[in-house]
Amino acid sequence: MTSQQLTNRIAAATTPVMNRGASRKRKVVQRCMALGVVVGSALALGGCISVNAPDKPIVIELNINIKQEVVYRLAADAGTTIEDNPDIF
Amino acid sequence: MKFVTADRFAHRPLALGGGVLALAVLALAAPASAQNRDPAYAAARSAGQVGEKTDGYLGFPTAPSAEVRKLADDINIKRRAVYADKAPAKSATVEDYAFTAGCLAIARTVPGEKYQAPDGSWHTRTGEPPLRDNRCPPAP
Repeated sequence: MTSQQLTNRIAAATTPVMNRGASRKRKVVQRCMALGVVVGSALALGGCISVNAPDKPIVIELNINIKQEVVYRLAADAGTTIEDNPDIF
Repeated sequence: MKFVTADRFAHRPLALGGGVLALAVLALAAPASAQNRDPAYAAARSAGQVGEKTDGYLGFPTAPSAEVRKLADDINIKRRAVYADKAPAKSATVEDYAFTAGCLAIARTVPGEKYQAPDGSWHTRTGEPPLRDNRCPPAP
């Protein structure tokens, strides 16, 4: 009996009669492998660690520093405005 | 020499009087801006009926009367007009300009007046520095 493990893709030195049996066996093996791949990938999919996108958007609070810069820039002018409008401040 | 001493003593009451007068003037001048406020506005401020919000406008620490609401609304409309007038020159939004003015207005409150802390709660100004947003410029 030819060893399928060792002579998988190399034609074994067989007679046509033997060969017929081998090719049938090979077909069975291929079918089994195809089935295995399908089953394996199904298992793999089932066993996957699922990484989902977060529900909430990722917010980076950059506006804090931007606003502080703006506020510092406006401080002197706003101070003058308050001084100039003592009736409403 | 004796004459000079006597002269100095003779002028002492005058100097004292001058000192008292200067103090009185200082006391009157201290709330300089308050002098230009409408008396009703000044009264509402010191009574805590209106307070300085963080956004640069007046708010109501307690439910306002119709008069107080109208008074504050009028001032807020004027404030907004001033902010809207000044902000474009500094390439700033009206909101940012108003926020900056709010920082300063809170810093300028005097003890007894109300102001809004960054968390939105109302506080009465004490001798301590007010609780302000950490984006506010340091008080002068």
